[in-house]
Amino acid sequence: MTDHASDPLFAEIKEEIEPFNAKGVEVTRETSFQKDLEWDSLTVMDFVAAIEDRFDIIITMNMQAEIETVGQLVDAVTKLRG
Amino acid sequence: MTDLFSKFDALIQQRETLLSTGQRDPFSLVMEEVKSPTVAVVNGKETILLGTYNYMGMTFDPDVIAAGKKALDDFGTGTTGSRVLNGTYQGHRECEDALKEFYGFDHAMVFSTGYQANLGIISTIAGKDDYVLLDIDSHASIYDGCAMGNAQIVPFRHNDIEALEKRLKRLPEEAGKLVILEGVYSMLGDVAPLKEMVRISKEAGAMVLVDEAHSMGFIGEHGRGVAEEQGVMDDVDFIIGTFSKSVGTVGGFCVSNHPKFEVMRLVCRPYVFTASLPPSVVATAATSIRKLMHGSEKRAHLWENSRKLHAGLKALGFTIGTDEPQSAIIAVIMPDLEGGAKMWESLLNEGLYVNLARPPATPANMTLLRCSLCAEHTSEQVDEILGMFERAGKATGII
Ligand SMILES: Cc1ncc(COP(=O)(O)O)c(C=O)c1O
Repeated sequence: MTDHASDPLFAEIKEEIEPFNAKGVEVTRETSFQKDLEWDSLTVMDFVAAIEDRFDIIITMNMQAEIETVGQLVDAVTKLRG
Repeated sequence: MTDLFSKFDALIQQRETLLSTGQRDPFSLVMEEVKSPTVAVVNGKETILLGTYNYMGMTFDPDVIAAGKKALDDFGTGTTGSRVLNGTYQGHRECEDALKEFYGFDHAMVFSTGYQANLGIISTIAGKDDYVLLDIDSHASIYDGCAMGNAQIVPFRHNDIEALEKRLKRLPEEAGKLVILEGVYSMLGDVAPLKEMVRISKEAGAMVLVDEAHSMGFIGEHGRGVAEEQGVMDDVDFIIGTFSKSVGTVGGFCVSNHPKFEVMRLVCRPYVFTASLPPSVVATAATSIRKLMHGSEKRAHLWENSRKLHAGLKALGFTIGTDEPQSAIIAVIMPDLEGGAKMWESLLNEGLYVNLARPPATPANMTLLRCSLCAEHTSEQVDEILGMFERAGKATGII
């Protein structure tokens, strides 16, 4: 596993999470979008749109279903950027 | 043992809390008598209907009723079979012919509901390596059509042309693409910028499906919907619609000019594996659709009602979903579910029925009182409605 403090992509994604982090949860690779951040489906949609536009990628709903934690999102974005 | 129902506990709790305050359950109302498209008896009280999607008031049209009675006598109560086996009667053909004429399209396919039309067409035409792009405020039947198929699903922000364009550009050029839009979005009653969205979709090589459930009969020169109004009918590949709103009965359909469209009758499971509509239903639908082709006076009055209600509610201080009336749906935004339910009950006590809509069906977690106008509402009824809103709004402190 990558040391997240030194992973620039993790830092970028964390930055995108902040505006939606209403509870001020400490974000690590293990943070779960649903369980820890407690996002509802509308928040997820807005967040995904922000990530898609920042990295110029598409995260389909099919892929979203497989992503539970911040770490899994970092890995998915890494893969999608090629 | 795990009780499979435990996942619903939070919802059961929320409902019980709401009802324990003495609030009447907004989701179990019974219409004891229906007197006309605009008046019913609820809890023994005569009530104006302002939440039925019965836009053109066809439910009590004498010609429509006569056609249904005749079909009932001539063809019986039901077909007891699938459209592809014993369930296609003369009336189903005539209904499809009426649709082809109404829209000026080559092919029409009638389903048992609009929900099934979306489910069937979307899940069948978009395969595993294809992409479906849809507005995030799409109707449940569109989402369920996506979930039933196995295409790659890409939602984009509501009515955001740039969000759609960016996503189309990110997709592989050679991939099959379907863009799904609605003419009128039923929660806020707002209209889609179809002109631009259809153009950029076609430029990206996508096929376009437009659900015109809430525009049929009164938007566009011939009442064909928002695509007609915005001049893009020729670029729309599929129009989905329903008989449960302007047409005034039940059923759904898809019309298309695609040369291979008829193959859908063989491969579309929600068309094949369910019984067809009863003869009386398709007879009423066909008659109603043909009458809608000549409904310009009713159309004009419906728009008049919509403008009057919108302006009146705004003047009373209510917050409305759209700045201007864009359709026959006027959505009044409530502060929260509790306030919305109180206002809903207060209106019902005044003798007015509106639709209470709440999350997750609504955008941005809003609670809405959705009003849908009917061409048969008189101008005096709209005045009465405004009086009821004023009294209920003041009594509940919403205005
Ligand atoms: C946009 C939209 N599409 C489809 C449907 C489904 O129509 P039906 O009532 O015929 O199943 C509805 C209505 O509920 C709708 O609002």
